[in-house]
Amino acid sequence: MAERTPSSTRPRDAALRTGLGRVLLFVYGVFALSASARASVQIATKFSEAPLAYVLSAVAAVIYIAATVGLAVGGRRGRRIALASCSVEMIGVLVVGTLSIGDKAAFPDATVWSDYGSGYGYVPLVLPMIGLWWLWRHRPARA
Amino acid sequence: MNGPLSVVIIVAALALGVWCLIRAALNRPPSRFDLLATAVLGLLVTVLVVVGVVILFGGERPSETTTFVGYLITAFVFAPAAVLLARLEPTRWGSVILGVACLTIPVLVLRLEQIAAVHGG
Repeated sequence: MAERTPSSTRPRDAALRTGLGRVLLFVYGVFALSASARASVQIATKFSEAPLAYVLSAVAAVIYIAATVGLAVGGRRGRRIALASCSVEMIGVLVVGTLSIGDKAAFPDATVWSDYGSGYGYVPLVLPMIGLWWLWRHRPARA
Repeated sequence: MNGPLSVVIIVAALALGVWCLIRAALNRPPSRFDLLATAVLGLLVTVLVVVGVVILFGGERPSETTTFVGYLITAFVFAPAAVLLARLEPTRWGSVILGVACLTIPVLVLRLEQIAAVHGG
C-alpha cells in the first residue's frame, strides 16, 4: 500500500488519517455537514410533527461530526473517538433502519438512517462498515 | 435555476469523476490536471450557487427555503474541500477523493434544481 511508510519512528496508528482514511474523512465530513443541516431544518421548522425522528436526525449528525473529528485527529485518541462513533453509527443505522420499516407510525418523516439510508444511496449503511474495517486494520500494536 | 449551466456541470462532473476513479484504479495520484479540473468545476458550481442566492433574494423564492440554503452551502464547499484534501493525499486515495466528490456534485445540482422548481408559500 502506498500510504505505508517504512519509518520505524512512526506509530502504527498514525496511518489512520492517511490513504483511505482521508477518503473516509471527506465522506464523513460531507455527512456531518448534510446531517446537521437536515436536523437543524427539521427541528427548527417542524419539530412537533415527528419529534422522535428529528431527535434521531440530530443524534446522527453529532455522531458523524464525532467520527469526522476522530479521523481528522488520528492517533490513539482519534482512533478511540472514531471507533466509538462508528460503532454507534453501525448499531444506529441497523436499529433505525429496521424500526423505520417495521413501525412507519413512529417515523413519519425520514432521517438519514431510515430504510437503512436508502435516501442517501445506502451510504449510511456501508460507511460504518468501511470505517470499522479501516479502524480494525489500523489497531495499535499491543505493547 | 440556470438550466444549461446545470447540464454542463453535471456532464463535466460525471466525466471527471469517472476519469479520477480510473486514475485511482490505475494507482495514480491526482495530477495537476485533475486538481485544476476539479477546481474549475468548483468555480462553475460557485456561479450556480450565486444564481441560487439571486433567486433567494428575487421574487421566486423556493418554498423550502431553509433546505435550499443548506444545499447551496454544501454545493459551495464541496469541490474546494475535495481539492484541499486530495492535495494532502498524493496517493491513489487522493484520486478517489476527487472521484467521489465529482460523482456527488450532480446529485447536489439535481436536488438544487428540484427544490428551486417548487415556489410559493
